[in-house]
Amino acid sequence: MTAVYEPRYERWDETRGAEIIAEHSKQEGATLVILHALQAAFGYVPEAAVPMVAQALNLSRAEVHGVFTFYHDFRHKPAGRHVLKLCRAEACQAAGGDALAARAEAKLGVSLGSTTADDRVTLEPIYCLGLCATAPSAMFDGRLIGRLDERRIDALVAEAQR
Amino acid sequence: MKMRIFVPRDAAAIAVGADEVATALEQVAAQRGLSIEIIRTGSRGLCWLEPMVEVATLKGRVAYGPVGPEDVASVFESMASNGSHPLQLGAADEIPWLKRQTRLTFARCGVIDPRSLDDYRTHGGYKGLARALSLGSDAILNEVTASGLRGRGGAGFPTGIKWKTVAQAKADRKFIVCNADEGDSGTFADRMIMEGDPFLVIEGMTTAGITVGATKGYIYIRSEYPHAVEAMNAAIAAAKRGGYLGDNIGGSSYSFDLEVRVGAGAYVCGEETSLLESLEGRRGLVRAKPPLPAHYGLFGKPTVINNVLSFAAIPFILAEGAKAYADFGMGRSRGTMPIQLAGNIRQGGLFETAFGVTLGELVDDIGGGTATGRPIRAVQVGGPLGAYFPRALFDTPFDYEAFAARDGLIGHGGIVVFDDSVDMRKQARFAMEFCAIESCGKCTPCRIGSTRGVETIEKIINGERVGENLALVEDLCNTMKFGSLCALGGFTPYPVLSALKHFREDFAPVPTTLQAAE
Ligand SMILES: Cc1cc2nc3c(=O)[nH]c(=O)nc-3n(C[C@H](O)[C@H](O)[C@H](O)COP(=O)(O)O)c2cc1C
Ligand code: SF4
Ligand code: FES
Ligand code: FES
Repeated sequence: MTAVYEPRYERWDETRGAEIIAEHSKQEGATLVILHALQAAFGYVPEAAVPMVAQALNLSRAEVHGVFTFYHDFRHKPAGRHVLKLCRAEACQAAGGDALAARAEAKLGVSLGSTTADDRVTLEPIYCLGLCATAPSAMFDGRLIGRLDERRIDALVAEAQR
Repeated sequence: MKMRIFVPRDAAAIAVGADEVATALEQVAAQRGLSIEIIRTGSRGLCWLEPMVEVATLKGRVAYGPVGPEDVASVFESMASNGSHPLQLGAADEIPWLKRQTRLTFARCGVIDPRSLDDYRTHGGYKGLARALSLGSDAILNEVTASGLRGRGGAGFPTGIKWKTVAQAKADRKFIVCNADEGDSGTFADRMIMEGDPFLVIEGMTTAGITVGATKGYIYIRSEYPHAVEAMNAAIAAAKRGGYLGDNIGGSSYSFDLEVRVGAGAYVCGEETSLLESLEGRRGLVRAKPPLPAHYGLFGKPTVINNVLSFAAIPFILAEGAKAYADFGMGRSRGTMPIQLAGNIRQGGLFETAFGVTLGELVDDIGGGTATGRPIRAVQVGGPLGAYFPRALFDTPFDYEAFAARDGLIGHGGIVVFDDSVDMRKQARFAMEFCAIESCGKCTPCRIGSTRGVETIEKIINGERVGENLALVEDLCNTMKFGSLCALGGFTPYPVLSALKHFREDFAPVPTTLQAAE
């Protein structure tokens, strides 16, 4: 059976973008709220949205761009179909996370912070998921996984490649 | 009678299969034609036993754990028949690891349904606020000050003094901000309490609001915590419906409203002024102090900003009185600390206890040593800005001053255990790397110094002019310590210098530990 890929996000559309921006722009200090909402809808923050946000909030383009680039969460382009985030912080390092990260990198043929050539998987570091007593930890498309071991990493990689 | 079964909805339990266990329990019950009620609680904090499932019996709740989906059928059988089971842990309240604790803040966590305002009230919730409303601002300030509560976010500043400053400030608007950015590796107490007893945080913030005269509060939660965001939003909605947020709180003349805001993956935004910038919709650049947030905070208004655990300690202090809290602890560290045991540890989780317990008791006795069974070699206390402690310092009592005296910090109470396979050069390198990744960029020692630090430690790892480069790292650390605006650049030297000082053998041209292992 061939798996049919269901896109998790909408395609960028200016009208829809404007709608999302308008929905949140009345809040005090709305910039992050809007950037989050745009990314939740489109999977990234399209460059074209930046001047729209600036206009809605009466800010300069440079200001909004500055905010957008400061925070690690905001994507400049769509991620792969699946996103596998591996915790690389100390508690997960102590529990054997280094070797598991290396294993995932080797299996996927990419290093942390990049996407496979077929756009299937984006592999990313994350610094603590608050699961430090059941480490090592990961997040796969928003789902949390604790007590990672070789078997679980392999299963995640396989799931991501499907 | 309907069987009542409790399954945690805490993120750490979900990450190891709690949702699957809940689903399987329903299926098994349906197959057996038995009617059950599943209550999704927070976690009791015995993380190595998660998913830990409990069943209500005439003699109280009986626990089982760790329960995998494959165990569900037999566990259910044991629950239904009162029979024994290898995973049965006995009465939940009698589990020694829980019984040894002094749970003032986490008393309800893992017990009640965090979505239910009624459950919260039945278990003593909102008693503190009721007393606060009858006391009035000055008397509340006296109680908070007398409790000796110090900020649980890391700096340990007296909460009563902070509140008093804001109470005395004159302004048209004031704010209450809850710092739920919890970025330190090895810490998860904020997450657990938000997911397991969210009304407690709301009650603490509401009390702060009526004390200082603020009518609006924000909870800034890191984006890595989606379950906490959901739990807080649900609790805020329930509190509004129940008359505990909005106008005329609890029938009083006070108004207070709350809103959740989500961070965007920047560690530095846990620093209070960076957090305020972020809340205002800007880059999280640290502000120079003074002015203090208490005078010039969110949107330039007087602002109380406290850690989740600081707010969460307030309802107990008001309900039971300052003395009941201050009776616990040692020296200037009063009350209890929710300590988080993490990393390579056999019995990891949340252990709330009075200050004064030693590091050795925590990791050897309570934590049970490493998960790998190898000897403990290093313990990092207080997150990525905290020092690495060797066994020789395990007699250090958990207390702000005692840790500071040994060039360490307790921070937010996270303890990360490493076994003897750790390479301390790598840990020192990581400390610098993390600072370089997360620096807000405002000051040079932090921004440039950390990058130089990574390069220099890499040279040491490669055996290049080790002596010279070690001296250079120490030099860099001093520059960062004294030339940085905030504790990200200022405290990154702690893990680095402690690694150099206590684990010097790792930094010799050929590490002796490697030779020994060969
Ligand atoms: C880099 C950095 C990160 C911090 N992260 C947090 C955090 O995640 N949570 C927190 O409560 N305090 C954090 N703090 C401490 C805050 O600046 C501040 O002291 C705290 O919010 C005050 O609340 P408290 O008095 O209740 O502890 C951090 C400080 C620094 C320098
Ligand atoms: S020490 Fe680092 S994080 Fe702190 S203000 Fe300076 S550059 Fe920013
Ligand atoms: S360090 Fe990995 S979950 Fe906390
Ligand atoms: S994220 Fe701010 S300097 Fe790198």
